[in-house]
Amino acid sequence: MTTTDDRHDALRSLLGAWALGACPPHEAAELEQHLRACPECAEEAARLREAAGWLALDEPLDQPGSLRQQVLDWCLTRRPAELPVPAWGLPFAAETAKLDALLRDLGPQEWQEVAELPWHGGTEHLRPAEVLGHLTAVDGLLALALGLPDPVPAAPGSPPAPAPEPRVPPQDAAGPSPAPRVPPQGGPYAGIAARTARLVAEQAGQPPGAVRARWRRHAHDLVRSAALAPRGNTPVDLGFAVLPLRDAFVDRALECYVHGEDVARAVAYPYDPPAAQHLRQMVDLTVRLLPGALAGLRAARPEHAGAPGVPGAGPAEEPGGRRLRLLVDGPAAGEWLVPLDGPEAGPPGGEPVATMVLDALELCQLAAAHRDPDRLPVGAHGDRAAVREVLHALPLLSRP
Amino acid sequence: MAAPDETPRWDERLQRRLARGEETALGELYDQLSPMVHGLAGRVLGDQAAAARLTREVFARVWERPEDFDPAQGSLRSWLGALTHRLAVERLRARRAADLVPTRAAGGTADDPAAAEAATEAPESAEAEIRAVAAAARAQYVVESLPAPLRETITVTYYDGRTYQETARLLGISEQAAKQRMRLGLALLATELAEDATRPDRPRDPDTGQHPDTERHPDTGQDTDCGGRRHEGDGGT
Repeated sequence: MTTTDDRHDALRSLLGAWALGACPPHEAAELEQHLRACPECAEEAARLREAAGWLALDEPLDQPGSLRQQVLDWCLTRRPAELPVPAWGLPFAAETAKLDALLRDLGPQEWQEVAELPWHGGTEHLRPAEVLGHLTAVDGLLALALGLPDPVPAAPGSPPAPAPEPRVPPQDAAGPSPAPRVPPQGGPYAGIAARTARLVAEQAGQPPGAVRARWRRHAHDLVRSAALAPRGNTPVDLGFAVLPLRDAFVDRALECYVHGEDVARAVAYPYDPPAAQHLRQMVDLTVRLLPGALAGLRAARPEHAGAPGVPGAGPAEEPGGRRLRLLVDGPAAGEWLVPLDGPEAGPPGGEPVATMVLDALELCQLAAAHRDPDRLPVGAHGDRAAVREVLHALPLLSRP
Repeated sequence: MAAPDETPRWDERLQRRLARGEETALGELYDQLSPMVHGLAGRVLGDQAAAARLTREVFARVWERPEDFDPAQGSLRSWLGALTHRLAVERLRARRAADLVPTRAAGGTADDPAAAEAATEAPESAEAEIRAVAAAARAQYVVESLPAPLRETITVTYYDGRTYQETARLLGISEQAAKQRMRLGLALLATELAEDATRPDRPRDPDTGQHPDTERHPDTGQDTDCGGRRHEGDGGT
């Protein structure tokens, strides 16, 4: 090849970049000079420029968040699934899809924004790809319980796949849920913090698109495996709590929603709340976890110990534990009776000592430590101290 | 952006799962392809409600008859894109036809020759408009159908105003690879759009446009770094 041929080839390889306006000025000038002398390149240049013109189209219509559920419902009415997703897997499927739709729209600059992820012990500052690492780190514990590979690399010097024993014999469906442990701080979160750190470190060099694809594939695999274990009894050790799989999935859905919204806030995008039926499942789980959080609150802050189990305290003279009636507003409306005292106070019963009315989404946000318990609009009747206790216990359900 | 598992194997596995009635397969299909289906429907039909209805119908059709997709004919994405495009254009034609009925009736009963003329001309201009909208929509769909590495390279360069050197650094590829992807991606786009102009199911003047030379632009699938070599044999000037 002659020098002219080499030059021709070099310039020709620039045509795509040139058509996209992506050449530095001196290279563009040299190429344009060449085009005047070379009909072959000029022909291709015109063709590629024309094609690049199509890229300047407006963005398509925004996809409404509710469309996914509408389309799937429509399809499933026309042909029922032979292998359906269990109801407890649906919030996770919907929330991961919603977060993925947000991430799809992020430009390279937005992947560099830092989201704030408050929890009751502080605030994490993570970029969107790191948020995905954080979500995957805990989702991976569900994967282990389902017998899937752990997406988190093993800690150096430790045996691979340490934590929860996979394939624990399923519990009796009628049996009580394992009691969650919600200690006030530190220790129990060390496990997930370390897992997050390992995964984030491993993903650090990867383009955000690859991190997103990996997270998405993992979420799809989880839902798919969930469909094969419809009873969802397998216990999942999250480090700070042990939950049956069906509850762990709802927990992960709520976490995905909360952090999805954290990311959306960082990039100033709107973010829809969960669908009413999913929100209801999240509220129900939160309420069931509340007694553990109340115990944690009492352990950490004795001034909250207003239980009759404590000598001299508590307005109720009746035997047994106190209860609080929780009325939830909004599309996920419902009523729950929350036991306020630990098992040492005896079985809960009697007239509720207080009633509180709270919006479902606000309740979930409070449980994620995204609201100030002293500033939340709450309707309260009866024992104000009990209401306050519940409001202050809820954020303890949050974690880093 | 990235759609790494969009390989023929993904298509065929998903098709089998759809046939088995796995709800998760339907969800994955929706998650992967709804931006394209809904975007295309919205572009052609121009309104939110109609786009949502069409999206629903397209996915219902695949869910009810997954066997209609033939992996030998191309990717699931391109099949679904073509299906969406066809249904959307049909919908648009039906809507235009319905809009024209009152005009025709008025032209038929009134003595106004201008109205009568408008009534006879309207179908043609409506058809031209449909063609224009459909071509613009198809361009978008073609961009979205490009192999992921090509699409990503082009979009991060073009929409964020990067130089190819910056894009190469961002994506962790060589500058040579970035240039090749841009050139090949645009070439594929140009070919697809030229093909659209001569497609038989879209009526056009029979003597406009010649058939594009598609042989020169083979779809290289995911492996893009071999792109741009087809001119190797070209002599210099």
